[in-house]
Amino acid sequence: MTAEQKKFLAIKANHIRQGVIEGTFHAKSGHPGGSLSIAELLAYLYFAELRIDPVDPKKPSRDRFVLSKGHAAPALYAALAERGYFPVEDLKTLRQPDSYLQGHPNMNDVPGVDMSTGSLGQGISAAVGMAMGAKLSGSNFRVYSILGDGEIQEGQVWEAAMFAAAKKLDQLVAIVDNNNLQIDGTVEEVNSPYPIPEKFSSFGWHVIEIDGHDFDQIESAFAEAKTVKGCPTAIIAKTIKGKGVSYMENQVGWHGSAPNEEQYHTAMQELLAADPERQA
Amino acid sequence: MRMADIAKIATRDAYGKALVELGEKNDKVIVFDADLAAATKTGMFKKAFPERFIDTGIAEGNMMGIAAGLSTAGYTVFASSFAMFAAGRAFEQVRNSIGYPHLNVKIGATHAGISVGEDGASHQCCEDIALMRSIPGMTVLNPADAVEARQCVLAAAQMNGPVYMRFGRLAVPVLFDDSYQFQIGKGCYLREGTDVTIIATGLLVGAALEAAELLSSEGISAAVINMASIKPIDRDIIVNAAKSTGCLVTAEEHNIIGGLGSAVTEVICETVPVPVIRCGVEDVFGHSGPALKLLDIFGLNAKGIVSKAKAAIALK
Repeated sequence: MTAEQKKFLAIKANHIRQGVIEGTFHAKSGHPGGSLSIAELLAYLYFAELRIDPVDPKKPSRDRFVLSKGHAAPALYAALAERGYFPVEDLKTLRQPDSYLQGHPNMNDVPGVDMSTGSLGQGISAAVGMAMGAKLSGSNFRVYSILGDGEIQEGQVWEAAMFAAAKKLDQLVAIVDNNNLQIDGTVEEVNSPYPIPEKFSSFGWHVIEIDGHDFDQIESAFAEAKTVKGCPTAIIAKTIKGKGVSYMENQVGWHGSAPNEEQYHTAMQELLAADPERQA
Repeated sequence: MRMADIAKIATRDAYGKALVELGEKNDKVIVFDADLAAATKTGMFKKAFPERFIDTGIAEGNMMGIAAGLSTAGYTVFASSFAMFAAGRAFEQVRNSIGYPHLNVKIGATHAGISVGEDGASHQCCEDIALMRSIPGMTVLNPADAVEARQCVLAAAQMNGPVYMRFGRLAVPVLFDDSYQFQIGKGCYLREGTDVTIIATGLLVGAALEAAELLSSEGISAAVINMASIKPIDRDIIVNAAKSTGCLVTAEEHNIIGGLGSAVTEVICETVPVPVIRCGVEDVFGHSGPALKLLDIFGLNAKGIVSKAKAAIALK
């Protein structure tokens, strides 16, 4: 990846983070921690990987994205707005009664959302169904889904994983956002899902481990996934929950609470300092 | 003709046949099962269209999610299991992955009610109508015989959006001929009467007709309405029945809580409040045994409906 591409994607990730902070601050609720941890992954997906068209969000041949960890909706909305699906300004209406931006993604309200999610463990099954659709229709679209590392405690994830491998769904890429934290503590304290790569690989998946904030590694993982034939790919992305906002990083308390006014300004200052496009 | 002389076919058989019929006309029809294809009769579709039949194995929640995802790619998807697992185990997947996004998934649930028989209470789902009709936008159909079951499947495929269809394991009398026209949201009179109206659904429609005969021999004139469309429910026909006979009996192979009895009383309380007596499974679990014997034990037969009808008339 060229330095220029990397800079471009870093700014997109930064804008996604700003969208997360704007949304959760104005909503006075939401899930900033697990939204911030996937900013680079979403920036890469929406600006380098997915074959999509904001002008034609339902185009049958488009690649699909399912946010199985639906509580990271603020990040998904920010990515979609940044990509041109709807105005960035609307991110401030997150979770309001008159807004189309629900607390968790609704495919019928939000342009660009391919599946309604929020109840953990269910999005991956829908993504598997979409990949089956590609296979049955002979279409070459690909399906991507991001799961939380806590989410994979849900048994349905492994039902879906078993099925996807059995059906050789090589159009499917699952990305596990391994930020190591869930509501009640670290994932090990609560109910350890480790070792995650071995679990997916024993279910018959091709597994790639990366740093989920490193664009070079993200790029090469997605490129490798495209070469895999006969099985789905799982990308286990090590990430930092709350990444990009100093006081939120690795703090379990920021899973599901919104910044107050002072915290909002601090976060935005930190993000704007690294944003050449929006610096005052 | 006596009920005993009428040909009997299980509605699950009609479901399997109707799927094949649909599959012949529409190559976008995909059928899922969760390792029960022989019992749910989706095996017929599997045999006819193996490339369009998907078995998820014993994982009903996952099946509903995959069905939901596949439907977004332009397919009309049928997902099948026993009612216990389709509506019960997979309730939240049906609610969140199919109902909330209002996806085009048709759930074919067989082995509903206590007429499952020998397998016993763990498999005798008498709560599915209650669960499914509480999901916004879900259409709930419970056909009475093979003819109606076929038409329910075709009607479900015609409409866009989620449908829950309830089929039985037990062979039941064929009540309708080919001229019958089922319509979603409509009930139909099978017999006119003036003293009481029996509103029945599914397996108990045949028993309701028998009950009307028995009541007639005692000088009581009972109307019978077949109500296959439980949601949306036919408010007009219920209101008309309440006005014309002044009392109602509901009859269903389901818990008296949350099923047809509840759906009818909800309409009646808000329109023409008249006595309604519910005939159904009285908030208990089922039991192992031969299906017909169980139906008698649980009062889900003509005799049971007759006594409820008399009770309803007494309350007028």
